[in-house]
Amino acid sequence: MAGSNPNAKPMNLTLNVWRQPNRTAPGKIVEYHVKDISPDMSFLEMLDVLNEDLLHAGQDPVAFDHDCREGICGSCDLFINGRSHGPEKGTTTCQLHMRKFSDGDTITIEPWRASAFPVNKDLSVDRSAFDRIIQAGGYVSVNTGGAPDGNEIPIPKEISDRAFEAATCISCGACVAACKNASAMLFVSAKVSQLALLPQGQPERKTRVENMVAQMDKEGFGACSNIGSCAAECPVGISLENIAILNREFLAAKATSNNLA
Amino acid sequence: MSWITKTFTSSIGRKIIMSLTGLFLCTFLVVHLIGNLQLFKHDQGAAFNTYSHFMGTNPVIRTIEWGLVLGFGFHIFEAWALTRRNKAARTQGYAQWHAEKNSEWTSRNMGILGTIILIFLLVHLYNFFWRARFGGLPKVGGANPEVRDLDNLYLAVVDSFHVWWYVLLYVLAQISLGYHLWHGFRSGFQTLGLNHRKYTPLIKYVGYAFAVVVSAGFASMPLYFFLFTNPQGEIAANAPSLLHTIASAF
Repeated sequence: MAGSNPNAKPMNLTLNVWRQPNRTAPGKIVEYHVKDISPDMSFLEMLDVLNEDLLHAGQDPVAFDHDCREGICGSCDLFINGRSHGPEKGTTTCQLHMRKFSDGDTITIEPWRASAFPVNKDLSVDRSAFDRIIQAGGYVSVNTGGAPDGNEIPIPKEISDRAFEAATCISCGACVAACKNASAMLFVSAKVSQLALLPQGQPERKTRVENMVAQMDKEGFGACSNIGSCAAECPVGISLENIAILNREFLAAKATSNNLA
Repeated sequence: MSWITKTFTSSIGRKIIMSLTGLFLCTFLVVHLIGNLQLFKHDQGAAFNTYSHFMGTNPVIRTIEWGLVLGFGFHIFEAWALTRRNKAARTQGYAQWHAEKNSEWTSRNMGILGTIILIFLLVHLYNFFWRARFGGLPKVGGANPEVRDLDNLYLAVVDSFHVWWYVLLYVLAQISLGYHLWHGFRSGFQTLGLNHRKYTPLIKYVGYAFAVVVSAGFASMPLYFFLFTNPQGEIAANAPSLLHTIASAF
């Protein structure tokens, strides 16, 4: 196999996995053992092996969220050994490799924990609260008609870079999972500052931040205590500066918008 | 609800109140610390008693005092309201939780630190503020006409700071205050949106220095009186002169 390490020895691992049959039933941690795990496998491939074993044994496989397995889509969402997306910095679960673990390790795997992210089944959580926050204001108005010239709107390089950094958020929810308060402020702030920085985001600038924060509160996320766990665990490195931008956008909008409701 | 109540009951609105009251209380700490340096003047409390008489009777100070009450009140109330919201945001906890790998202990324990400070505050208010304001203190007496008719708060300080468990409570509370400010100072600016790559590092280190100076300054008072004064408030010859030198500058 190209790129594989011929000296890497297969690992035997103990897994403590959260099992929960559905949204309403109570769940519990169940212990499993997986054998001959290649260090070159991704974490999700290791779970695939576990599920193969479970299927062969006639048991219910572990449900977990995944899609692209390339670190782009933000679907995977495991809380591994007490950290969002596991021990490695700047990595989604699908890009976490088993070489980060050692033979004989016990690995605890839990779903994101937040009242706003109900568990669907096992490790799969419902993150549609994020969708509703985006629907509340994470968009821009676009004129119909001919496409405008891309260079017609002047945007300084520095501003476009900062907006792009915020736009790299993949909405995985690791920030919420890692936050002591289960706050979604880093996620909301990435979306708000991305659009507040750019000229295209100006028409809805005030209503956007007002509506998105209102929706965030309605979904039952906590408030930010500036702890910084979110940014430290974010797989794409969204910075805390965005939360400061969100705070001042909110304050400015509340003080100056025409919205009395 | 009007837009005003909606703003200040939202999560960010409550944080803004936390931050504004917190930073206001920081200015109070500065005034309180500098004022209390009078304790180190080595004058048997003459300057301190004059100062406490002024603080207890001056109409401007008495008015600002109500601002202080509101500042503490809102800071404590919002802390309670936010903690409730934050607890409700995660009802099912994790089996394994390693926040120590991604954040500072003090930033995650502001509520515990604040509660210790609150307990201290109640004891402290009863012991000094209540007795100074609502009687129970003897007059200074003696020959000096400038101070003999003043309440002798200095002696109450000397008495209290000769009780070992009282000194211990003060020092523990000041350590808590130091950690509280360690996170709280810079956090206050961040909540107001005052984050800038030029100034944020400065705010951070000013905050750290503020936390250390304020907590060490307040903690030095009970320790100094416990270690270097007799029950009459006379300063021992081996008392360190640094605090006296600082106090003399004000």
